[in-house]
Amino acid sequence: MVIGLEVHCELATRTKLFCGCPNAFGDEPNTNVCPVCLGLPGSLPVLNRHAVELAMRIGTALGCEIRPSTFHRKNYFYPDMPKDFQITQYDAPINTGGRLELPDGSTVGIERAHLEEDTGKTTHIGGTGRIGGADYALVDYNRAGVPLVEIVSAPDVRSAAQARAYAGELRSILIATGASDGRMEEGSMRVDANVSVRRHGEPLGTRCEIKNLNSMRSLLRAITFEADRQVAQLESGERIVQETRHWDEGEGTTLSMRSKEEANDYRYFPEPDLVALVPDDRWRADVTASLPPLPAARRATLVALLGGQPSPAQIDQIRSVVASDLDAIVTSACELGAPPALALARTANEVAANAEGAASLDAGSFAKLLALEAGGELSATQAKEVLAGLLVNGGDPAEIARALGFESMRADDLAAVVAGVIEAHPGEWEKFVEGDPKVAGFLTGQVMKASGGKANGKSVAAELARLRSGAGT
Amino acid sequence: MNGAAIALADAVRSGTRSARESVEESLQKIATGDHEIHAFLEVLADQALERADEIDRVVASGSDPGRLAGVPVALKDNLCTTGIPTTCSSRILEGWRPPYDATVVERLRAAGAIPIGKTNMDEFAMGSSTENSCSGPTRNPHDHDRVPGGSSGGSAAAVAAGFVPVALGSDTGGSIRQPAALCGVVGMKPTYGVVSRYGLIAFASSLDQIGPLSATVGDAALMLEVIGGHDRRDSTSLDAPAPDVLSAVEAGVEGKRIGLVTELVEDTAPEVAARVREAAEALGSAGALVEEISIPQFRYGLAAYYLIAPAEASSNLARFDGVRFGLRVDAPDVAAMNVATRTAGFGAEVKRRIMLGTYALSAGYYDAYYAKAQRVRTLVADGFALAYLRFDALLGATTPTTAFGIGDRTEDPLAMYLSDSCTVPANLAGHPAISVPFGGDELGLPVGVQVMAPALGEPTLFAVAGAVERAAPGRAGGTP
Repeated sequence: MVIGLEVHCELATRTKLFCGCPNAFGDEPNTNVCPVCLGLPGSLPVLNRHAVELAMRIGTALGCEIRPSTFHRKNYFYPDMPKDFQITQYDAPINTGGRLELPDGSTVGIERAHLEEDTGKTTHIGGTGRIGGADYALVDYNRAGVPLVEIVSAPDVRSAAQARAYAGELRSILIATGASDGRMEEGSMRVDANVSVRRHGEPLGTRCEIKNLNSMRSLLRAITFEADRQVAQLESGERIVQETRHWDEGEGTTLSMRSKEEANDYRYFPEPDLVALVPDDRWRADVTASLPPLPAARRATLVALLGGQPSPAQIDQIRSVVASDLDAIVTSACELGAPPALALARTANEVAANAEGAASLDAGSFAKLLALEAGGELSATQAKEVLAGLLVNGGDPAEIARALGFESMRADDLAAVVAGVIEAHPGEWEKFVEGDPKVAGFLTGQVMKASGGKANGKSVAAELARLRSGAGT
Repeated sequence: MNGAAIALADAVRSGTRSARESVEESLQKIATGDHEIHAFLEVLADQALERADEIDRVVASGSDPGRLAGVPVALKDNLCTTGIPTTCSSRILEGWRPPYDATVVERLRAAGAIPIGKTNMDEFAMGSSTENSCSGPTRNPHDHDRVPGGSSGGSAAAVAAGFVPVALGSDTGGSIRQPAALCGVVGMKPTYGVVSRYGLIAFASSLDQIGPLSATVGDAALMLEVIGGHDRRDSTSLDAPAPDVLSAVEAGVEGKRIGLVTELVEDTAPEVAARVREAAEALGSAGALVEEISIPQFRYGLAAYYLIAPAEASSNLARFDGVRFGLRVDAPDVAAMNVATRTAGFGAEVKRRIMLGTYALSAGYYDAYYAKAQRVRTLVADGFALAYLRFDALLGATTPTTAFGIGDRTEDPLAMYLSDSCTVPANLAGHPAISVPFGGDELGLPVGVQVMAPALGEPTLFAVAGAVERAAPGRAGGTP
């Protein structure tokens, strides 16, 4: 399967693309409007500099070339488009030719990322409530003229899962660069997917464009459904017709909206009310300099901290820590001497579980806790409890541990507990002595249980090994 | 400087004449004369009087109401005026009252000018005779059976009839200069970008410019100084203050190099050509160095214009769809409502140009029509550039003929389009141009002489125009 993705992203500007109306979601219908975004006769567009800057940030983050660009008019009649044309970028987009590296190391080419204006929103009322069967329609123009960047990928995506990973990675970049809030449920990020299928080695098949993908879940489901549909159609000897299809979330199917023959002739031509957009070198340099480290680079930093090839579990931890913006906690703890693997694991699991606490977590205290655990003074179970306390109230980890009664076990107490466990499980002990590694975990678990969680796993292992070497002689 | 508007504003500012008297006089002339001429679609009597009283109070309080204090101004009906119907002489805008003033209207008001009414025009500025108006034609004050030209025919006629000393029009392919010539008044199109288009209902955005019509060159200069200058609401507005032109009107043409454009003389009626040559001679006598120059590219201008302007118009006029404002003709669904509204709301010429423009931009035809027309546009600009290596300004006729009869060209669109052949080149290049009355034909119908200058050459333009005006037949010191 071959997939190309078109992502529309609403830019997080204060005002709209061509006027001073607020760019806000969820306000009373038709309150954020003026002659310009209503397309009243005589009104003219004036380009929002901040929107251009955010588009440049996206382009820079995606490794695109930022070029002098122009605007065109895309002409077609639709009631929620006030001027009955959309101002967009056509043959000279602001960003061209970039790439996006996904967490699994694969890359997807970016063909372009251009600026354009959003339309209003039509609600069909009465009758069947669908476009053809409603009694009337209401249009809200608050969204008309909201700045969008459309990011068009190359047809490099090969599976629904990769499409989802692409959308997810792109979303984190949009958020990291401050270009968008990335809220799919509010329409801040909308995905269209061009899907085609072919046998290995054959030329590209005919594609269908799927619209109305409002969540990562529907993206995954719709692509899977559409590819299956196309395969079934081809296998039954039919051809695929190039068309636009609508994803019906409830039915879990794609439905034909219009074929290529029915498609509009948009009669693109240069927008005469706007001048060419030529960002100078200094502006471009400023944008580059002001970009924060991006997710891929942040993941690479964590991999480097671990030193060596991360395990699959660690790769997952790295992705989730970066995705939830907690990687700074890991890196600061490591700078203070904490062991990276432990810092990563505790951050990905326990710290991530308490978002509020994570925001106020003191790196020094966290590092100190990790040192206690690594040094064997606290067991893993104890360390997690102390961390929970630290995330809620803060404080000194050693004091929290004392308050919880987590004195680490004295060596002779531990020896007594271990001896008791061996005595209670002679068969298992024999197997352990014979070198069966599977029972080590069982014995350790029994010691933990008997000690009430106070025993440190490393010390238990050491004691068991000491006794085994004694038994062997 | 003896312009009517200049003199009037001086009198109002110095308290020797009240703004109320000035407005009352204008309203009186309109009341007695306009039922015959039909220059106005809407007369703003109450508002104008109210505003006049305000200005008189400002004068009484010792403050200065501005450079156009108490001057009644007529506004072409494609300029948005807050709360005042603005129709572009089209049924499709019936009942629409803009919620805002065009930048030029704001600037006129701020300078103390008093909008006295909205003037008739060819629908959406598409036409050269003011016959394409949903409210009927305007008549030429010099001969009521003849057209005033167009599309700013109402504004030109209002000035020519003496209803107002000054008016605003818009010029896309000659729509200020052509009616000015046919009505015997001054009409000026500024450099593209000198005057903000914000609030001008667009016909062809890359060609449209707002400009003044007036009885004298000096009044046109004052108007341009008031309405010109950067406006951040128009992205194509040049980042510069209004040009300093009033002082240029009397500057003279001593040593100025002026090119008489062969194509703008040869392709015109004999009497028009004769007046233009006389104007050239007069400029020579006034110290200018006049030579003839051929700019053959001008002959392709009209064809390019009639592709580019309709193409842009087809897109600009899409918004008149019955959804948000103006006329709506009900139908079972939205698409049918769009069609019914546009079918009922637009006149024949507007429909013709929307179809022409839609065709020119269509897939498969774009390169052959729109793109090629843009290349021809560049050629015309190149022709100008070459000429301006040798000349400071160019001279020619404004129109091929004097005013034609009402109905004479309505059945032949191409004949009508040819009325713009002399004026279109300046629009294609974005250059300033002005039409100055210079004598008449044997019927006594006015002839206009056109002066053109390079981009931002307004001071030169007004210097030459001033000299033409001083030499015009029938004026003191002019050719007999």
